[in-house]
Amino acid sequence: MSGTDVGLAVAVFLACAVEAVEALTIVLAVGVTRSWRSTFIGIGAAVVLLGGVTAALGPALTALPLDVLRAVVGGLLLVFGLQWLRKAILRASGHKARHDEPAIFEAQRSAARAAGGSDAALDPYSFTIAFKGVFLEGLEVIFIVLTFGANQHRVGLAAAAAGVAVALVVVVGIAIHAPLARVPENTMKFAVGVMLTSFGMFWGAEGAGARWPGNDAALLAIIPALLVFSLAAGAVMAHRRVVLAVAET
Amino acid sequence: MTRIAALGNFVWEFVVGDDWRVAAGVVLAIALTALVASAGVPAWWILPVAVAAVLVLTLWHATRAG
Repeated sequence: MSGTDVGLAVAVFLACAVEAVEALTIVLAVGVTRSWRSTFIGIGAAVVLLGGVTAALGPALTALPLDVLRAVVGGLLLVFGLQWLRKAILRASGHKARHDEPAIFEAQRSAARAAGGSDAALDPYSFTIAFKGVFLEGLEVIFIVLTFGANQHRVGLAAAAAGVAVALVVVVGIAIHAPLARVPENTMKFAVGVMLTSFGMFWGAEGAGARWPGNDAALLAIIPALLVFSLAAGAVMAHRRVVLAVAET
Repeated sequence: MTRIAALGNFVWEFVVGDDWRVAAGVVLAIALTALVASAGVPAWWILPVAVAAVLVLTLWHATRAG
């Protein structure tokens, strides 16, 4: 396994673990509060639809010429990566509230209770919330697996990393029967943001016709350089929060 | 129409996200890279510079006072 493959597997694993933690919180809240049967049906429907999206997008992506694929995928990874990085930096520097799984769990439970009961065999509320939660989080997982995998011709490796991440989160979630509050979600999001943006830069530039000094080895400079820049940006943003707070008083 | 609009809105939210400047900056930077590379000039440095600029811009915009 090359260094690029390791980077791919780590990025996909972390990204999918974060998405799985978020989906688990929603599923647990609605399942515990209302109907596990309808929740599982919602999860199943979402998984089937995600399979359809994968079946449609996968061949379409791999059919693209390599340079076009790299430019498109690089651009999308850059947009996604920068959004993850932006949120992680804003949360780490105190400008945005951190993702609080227990609070989200409680909010989801309150909403589930307030939605009123249902006598139908299939509880529409449980079905819809579980379906939306799993589909929306799963869509990001599929996007990351397909883009990373197709570009490196390692869809199997990316899918395996995603599968391990999701299975791990589900097993731990079943074991403790509560949202995974101790997962360092923001740190993971920060790491994923750095990885997605780094790979996005690398493939985006190659797809647009540029050649990196050192070819694949350039990633060994891109990733740490972006990490240092992002940490510095976080420090500046934390300082800026203090300055803005003083200016307001 | 409503469903098409909802789908368009979902795709926009999914791809573009919280700040459209990020997506616009990325598209411009890749286009500029292609333009410079096609002229035979080294263009690998354009995306790193653009990423740094876009990240600073979007963070600054998100933390503006008021």
